[in-house]
Amino acid sequence: MARIILTSGLGNQFAGGQTEFEIEAANVRRLVAALEKRFPGIGPELEREMAVAIDGQIYQDPFLEPISPNSEVFFLPRIGGG
Amino acid sequence: MTSVTTELKWVGKSPIRPDGADKVTGRAKFGADLMLPGMLVGKVLRSPHAHAAIKSIDTTKAEALPGVKAVMTAADIEPMSSEWVPAGELQLNYRDLSNNIMASGKVLYDGHAVAAVAATSAAIADAALQLIVVDYEVLPHVIDVEEAMEPDAPILHDDMFTQGVTPTPDKPSNVFKEVDIAVGDVDAGFAKADLIIERSFKTAPVHQGYLEPHAAVASFAEDGQAELWCCTQGHFSVRAYCAKLLGMDISDLRVTASEIGGGFGGKTTVYLEPVALLLSRKSGRPVRAVMTREDVFRASGPTSGAATWVKVGVTKDGKIVAGQAVLKYQAGAFAGSPIQPGCMCAFAPYDIENVKVKGYDVVTNRPKVAAYRAPGAPISEHAVESVLDEISKKLGIDPLELRERNAAKEGTNAAYGPKFGVIGFADTLAAAKAHPHYSAPLGPNQGRGVASGFWFNIGGESCATLNVAEDGTLVLATGSPDIGGSRASMAIMAAETIGMDVADVRTIVADTASIGYTFLTGGSRVTFATGMAVIEASKQVTETLRERAAKIWDISVDAVVWEDGHAKPAGANAGEFEPLSLGEIAAQAGKTGGPISANVALNAEGAGPGFGTHICDVEVDRETGAVKVLRYTAVQDCGKAIHKAYVEGQIQGGAAQGIGWALNEEYIYNKEGRLDNAGFLDYRIPVASDLPMIDTVIVEVANPNHPYGVRGVGEVPIIPPMAAVANAIDSAIGIRMTELPMSPPKVLAALDNGS
Repeated sequence: MARIILTSGLGNQFAGGQTEFEIEAANVRRLVAALEKRFPGIGPELEREMAVAIDGQIYQDPFLEPISPNSEVFFLPRIGGG
Repeated sequence: MTSVTTELKWVGKSPIRPDGADKVTGRAKFGADLMLPGMLVGKVLRSPHAHAAIKSIDTTKAEALPGVKAVMTAADIEPMSSEWVPAGELQLNYRDLSNNIMASGKVLYDGHAVAAVAATSAAIADAALQLIVVDYEVLPHVIDVEEAMEPDAPILHDDMFTQGVTPTPDKPSNVFKEVDIAVGDVDAGFAKADLIIERSFKTAPVHQGYLEPHAAVASFAEDGQAELWCCTQGHFSVRAYCAKLLGMDISDLRVTASEIGGGFGGKTTVYLEPVALLLSRKSGRPVRAVMTREDVFRASGPTSGAATWVKVGVTKDGKIVAGQAVLKYQAGAFAGSPIQPGCMCAFAPYDIENVKVKGYDVVTNRPKVAAYRAPGAPISEHAVESVLDEISKKLGIDPLELRERNAAKEGTNAAYGPKFGVIGFADTLAAAKAHPHYSAPLGPNQGRGVASGFWFNIGGESCATLNVAEDGTLVLATGSPDIGGSRASMAIMAAETIGMDVADVRTIVADTASIGYTFLTGGSRVTFATGMAVIEASKQVTETLRERAAKIWDISVDAVVWEDGHAKPAGANAGEFEPLSLGEIAAQAGKTGGPISANVALNAEGAGPGFGTHICDVEVDRETGAVKVLRYTAVQDCGKAIHKAYVEGQIQGGAAQGIGWALNEEYIYNKEGRLDNAGFLDYRIPVASDLPMIDTVIVEVANPNHPYGVRGVGEVPIIPPMAAVANAIDSAIGIRMTELPMSPPKVLAALDNGS
């Protein structure tokens, strides 16, 4: 199962302080749905604020990007720039 | 995707910039240069108070003044709800945006807009502003970030309850949110350290310093459609913000990005644009609004001032075992400082197992901050790079060597989480070490400092349309305002991909009605993301050209190759045909299928992060405290420099801004919270005579996600200078300056105190 890592802030707010999980999900959309099922309210927060890094590759508008069973997936805040 | 390894004809060269002639002759049309028949002058009345309740605004006398055609206040804007909505890759609170454009209920900084007029002349507009009567109840104000966090600080927003804290506080404060980044166990890490250094710093808020003030010309038609001309880094963002604020359909508003005299992140939001549109709608005539320099300083977003604390633990061999930081950033009058990226970037260049960063986003009675080149990163990385310098001196390890021993590499988990892909940080360190500057001798009161920097760089949504003219020259339209030479680099990538002369590619910035949605120019994204759209469009055009050649020769398209800008038979079996040039094929476009063009819309992912390492030599005048930069070398991994001279210019410009941030720039407020130095005379940015030539070294570790290996360039170079200069001063006089800017009075005071 993929290794999923939330930010400390999200872990504290929605997951009782836990930030690392193992979840099976074929893509980002399904991962968000799985997290929402486990921690109600986290889904909209993830969709609104977060980018996703899958095995080091950062996606700023994640949705259908595939996740493999061995993937390492980080949720991290979207980055703008100047 | 793999990078091109064959010899490149245009990529990496420096052809004449396409905007040069217009800019040096004054022909270029900037934000204030558009004139429309019947155009009115728009002017804004601004608060003289840092914090005050608006008890009433009486505009009747202004409205009655002959020549005044419209007056507006916040009452003319539909109330916006306070919810954060995605706005591209940022989060935007439309209520805050609306209140920043025109104060509602309260003014929150000296310069905050309270009303606006449109009149037939500037003199009448000025007179009308004088006739607007605003009854203020002055309130206590707070500007310093730490003072704003005190329990008894004046509160800016009664409905601000700190986010990111569990449980949510029940008393409002000026702390909008707390941010936490943590990996590993810092306590365990520090327990292993042979040396721990911690230090606190303060940095001043600084302005982006663009020479062109904000300017907009709006023309609202009776049928509800409108046109807007403005200097902006993102005309699609402007369109979205203005349409929302005015209650318009997005497609009813057409925005043209003018030539722009600098942005650096500060022109990624709106100030005058909705005001000009509203005045135009009310008056039924075009309205032009231009900020004065004073307005720019008083009322447009600088970057945050900050208080930072950093603690680093190392083994005696110089291996960093733990890094911890607390960062407090001013957001200005409304929430939204770059605290998040600041926290993420602080330790990002290094391979550290144990990291903990705490950040605070704090509102204060100053203009709302806007983006400024790598937002948040220069502040936090300045603190870390300064502490690393202290560590290197205490351990007797060369500062570049210390960084090499701890440098993040491919496969390192970044301090903010994910693994890095291919990166060039170590290459910049090696290049800096090998540079003659690093071993050049120094004299008395002279010192050398080094510092490094990291920025993510981003991709995002971009569109490109490539049209082949009847003579075979190309018009390339993108949706990316050009703030750093992107028209030239787009032309280079198109010419390289198709195999034609770059002089035959004319690049334009299309308006919002003429090309698909394109995210703003920022985040060091354009050469990467819009470049990918251009390259893809070029490939599609090439395929079309092959098909047309095949039709002309009456052979299969599989028998046609494209080489050096010509269609050629694939081999002897294809037939005996002379190569066809682009022009020859274009001349027959009508009968072979119609106009030849390609349109590409994409969301570019896979931006490669950027790293830089800078070397700075200074001389300190012990009599005056003045610091002179003697020599400066900036090394940066650019992936692939498409237009070499422009890339060098980006690095030099960023370094110059960072040096100004380090040595001289700051906002000076009086005790009433009014800005005392709202002009370039007293807000001191570096000028050409202040700095030596900034030498640049371009390292190229290709980004595998771009056809030419491009990494973003524009933001990294502003990050290292503050620490590079501070470290150099410490080397020169043995004093660690912890409060920026390190201006002559501060350096002199430190020398006098022997601190």
